[in-house]
Amino acid sequence: MSEELLKVENLEVQFKSGSAITKAVNGVSFTLNRRENIGIVGESGSGKSVTATSLLRLIPSPPGKISGGAIHFDGKDLLKLSEKEMKSIRGNEISMIFQDPLTSLNPVFTVGDQIIESIKTHQKVSKKEAKKKAIEMLKLVGIPAPEKRINMYPHEFSGGMRQRVMIAIALSCNPKLLIADEPTTALDVTVQAQILDLMKRLQDEFNTAIIMITHDLGVVWELCDKVLVMYAGNVVEYGTVKEIYDQPKHPYTWGLLDSQITESVSEDQPLTTIPGSPPDLRQEITGCPFAARCAYAQDVCFTNKPKMTEVGENHYAACHFQTKENRLDRKEKTAHDRAIVTS
Amino acid sequence: MTEPLLQVRELKKHFPLESPIPFVKSRLSVKAVDGVSFDVYRGETLGVVGESGCGKSTMARLVNQLITPSSGTVQFKGENLIGMDGKKLRETRKSIQMVFQDPYASLDPRKTIGELIAEPMVIHRIGDKTSQKKRVEELLEVVGLSQYHAKRYPHEFSGGQRQRINIARALVLNPDIIICDEPVSALDVSVQAQVINLLKELQREFDLTYIFISHDLNVVRYMCDRIAVMYLGKIVEMGTYKEIYEDPKHPYTKALLSAIPKENPHDRKERIILKDSVPNPINPPSGCHFHERCPVAMDRCKREAPQLIDTGNGHIASCHLLNEQ
Amino acid sequence: MSTGQQGIVLEQTQVKTKNEHSLFRKLIRNRFAAFGLFVILLLILTAIFAPVIATYPPNKMNVTKSLLGIGVEGHILGTDNYGRDIFSRLVYGARISMLVGIGAVLFGAVVGTLLGVISGYFGGKWDSIIMRFMDGLSAFPFILLAITLMSVLGQGLVNVIIAIGVGNIPGFARVVRGQVLSVKHSEYIEVTRSLGAKHSRIIFHHVLPNSFAPLIVYATMSIAGAIISEASLSFLGLGVQPPTASWGSMLQDGKDFLVLNPHMATIPGLAILITVVGINLFGDGLRDALDPKMKA
Repeated sequence: MSEELLKVENLEVQFKSGSAITKAVNGVSFTLNRRENIGIVGESGSGKSVTATSLLRLIPSPPGKISGGAIHFDGKDLLKLSEKEMKSIRGNEISMIFQDPLTSLNPVFTVGDQIIESIKTHQKVSKKEAKKKAIEMLKLVGIPAPEKRINMYPHEFSGGMRQRVMIAIALSCNPKLLIADEPTTALDVTVQAQILDLMKRLQDEFNTAIIMITHDLGVVWELCDKVLVMYAGNVVEYGTVKEIYDQPKHPYTWGLLDSQITESVSEDQPLTTIPGSPPDLRQEITGCPFAARCAYAQDVCFTNKPKMTEVGENHYAACHFQTKENRLDRKEKTAHDRAIVTS
Repeated sequence: MTEPLLQVRELKKHFPLESPIPFVKSRLSVKAVDGVSFDVYRGETLGVVGESGCGKSTMARLVNQLITPSSGTVQFKGENLIGMDGKKLRETRKSIQMVFQDPYASLDPRKTIGELIAEPMVIHRIGDKTSQKKRVEELLEVVGLSQYHAKRYPHEFSGGQRQRINIARALVLNPDIIICDEPVSALDVSVQAQVINLLKELQREFDLTYIFISHDLNVVRYMCDRIAVMYLGKIVEMGTYKEIYEDPKHPYTKALLSAIPKENPHDRKERIILKDSVPNPINPPSGCHFHERCPVAMDRCKREAPQLIDTGNGHIASCHLLNEQ
Repeated sequence: MSTGQQGIVLEQTQVKTKNEHSLFRKLIRNRFAAFGLFVILLLILTAIFAPVIATYPPNKMNVTKSLLGIGVEGHILGTDNYGRDIFSRLVYGARISMLVGIGAVLFGAVVGTLLGVISGYFGGKWDSIIMRFMDGLSAFPFILLAITLMSVLGQGLVNVIIAIGVGNIPGFARVVRGQVLSVKHSEYIEVTRSLGAKHSRIIFHHVLPNSFAPLIVYATMSIAGAIISEASLSFLGLGVQPPTASWGSMLQDGKDFLVLNPHMATIPGLAILITVVGINLFGDGLRDALDPKMKA
């Protein structure tokens, strides 16, 4: 269970646009064990999607470039592999599903063709066997009458069904790691529930580790063991789901948790918000990237960038005032805290 | 209760489908909104929830006559908007404003913020340049922006700020009702909370009435006094937010509520997982439109469409099971 | 009034304004576009200051000095078979080219935009009628259409402009219609409708300004085409009346002396070539500079 599958160290990704350099990902580190799920949460522009795509080395280059760090996957350093070796990993050992299943399926091929192609790229099987496997996969992801559906085109499927097809393609080669980039964001709530349920079920069957990229903490609570909270290209907090929910340490995580609208938020009170908006990543940020919006910021936060420090068991945060010796007190008691007390 | 501000009765919109044969009208149509009735009272927020394709956005556009309904009435302050002559409709529309979903697409990129916010006044010929400018500055402050923002262009603003600009523009003419079509769906959580707070404060300050359309049940619960649940062009359940969340009657509402993701990792939620997704509105299922996906469907549901039944406390729902009890 | 007190400290946005200034800089940074711009500016200046630049009156004949070579007796580019100074004729010819090029495109753009907007914005019956008419118009080969129109209208500069302009209408109508169709469905147009704006306001304040970029690019490119058309018409003797100097008629005059005195034809030919290439390069550069997708 605790065997390490993926270790990302100090990953840095930059985008160049004219003379401006955007540091989209600025030193991300985490580890993922086999069969474990990690959620990467953050708002738009936090670098969560870029982190995920760079794991597969799929950053469009130029303008993008992985400018530093290491990605150890199953004993290999992915950043040192040749493009050819990388191809044998993509879709085979690491698969990815995206937010919009319509644009990630090719409209001129049948769904069957696309699953078969993916199987045949990585496995030496006959066309017949591949088709059999494809039908089996479609059945597994809960598509009714797969023998018939296999000959249909993507536009004949609903959004939820397309995402199921994407999952079927992604899992067709038994990957060790599945990267899911906002897989349920474009779907209706009832369909989202179906897809999350399906992912949980399939994980038991395929023993896949999942990286779940999302802005929705609800999805994280639903599916993940660990969370990586990202802000402006940096990891601000990292730990197990329980630690992060019960004892969040970084002020940004506090803000994120508090601004969630959940059933325990009282309608009579205004919602807690994080004032302002995220920084422009084209500008050099000295100090803590969250300092400008942080209610606890002091002078040091604007000049020195805080390092990730251990703040609990398997729990790290990047804040000057949250270390083993130092403790920052959360100012407001919020509905969120009350919910813990009462539960 | 007092006289409702807005009274919608049997509102229908059927979009005819393009016929495959030229010059021949197709008999098929999409019943986007199929007989919707509700009242909105002054100062309240009516939430409309449903999944994509349920007709909630079309309904919003029917209420303010952006789309002409196939049939039905929309009475605003006792006057029917449908069939009203152009000049009078223009006048009445001042009181019904809209805020749209996509803050990036809803602002003309070539106009300054000042021009955009002043536009309703220019269209309706209210005030002169100086008074318009004053009003724009006033509103920028109301929505939490600064006066100097008036000279800037939309691309210089973040999503949350743009939505504030949209809200300012909707407020310019002192409307009675603002129809909000998924106003926070495109925003990040922390920004979403800012905009929701703003909407609530403005409601208190200016005595506004909202029709709040959203697919996010948590947002709707927080924002709304009463909630209408739509499915395939029809309201299947409507009641106060307490009634809807604590005692849902329709199996679809129950499934929707159970589909809300966990509130925290300790949450152990019982899920009702529905089969499939919303059927094609061109060819909706017979009887109750929901019966194919309904976990408690009976034979009767396939044959007969249920009527909305009053279950007390202003709570209505359309399900045959309610008759059985 | 102090709503939004919730500590909404909005940071000053630091995004740079994408203004005309940076558009110009983007253009200049593209070497080809800069060359194109240089050619166009040179041409415009030449056209305006033709009387100052020309060393001889363009139509003054001198039979004793016909067919002089380049640089002979103070004739920078020599003389033609009537002894007229080629350089001066070239300079005055630029006037005609520019007048016809810009005039015809303006004519086509105004009428075409009008039709395109009606067609795209209102759609339905109007769309079918206008676009079928445009199809009919563009079914004629361009030069044939111009020749027909010239024979109906009679010769003269204004008629040349109209004849070539008419040929430009369908192109503009199509570009504008396509653009209007895509802009029409933007959410901000729906917003404006929901505010109670009339069609005229929506069209002139929102639809047209947002359809402008491709229109400008298309217009620039069309000028090159119009210049060629004018030259062709003049070459065929249907354009500007002789003895007025036009690059097309100079080409026509020169074609009889190709062996004896090749520069008489090659010089106006080169002028046309450089102008057309210059305008097209500038148009390409303009498109790249205006297209936000090409930014990176």
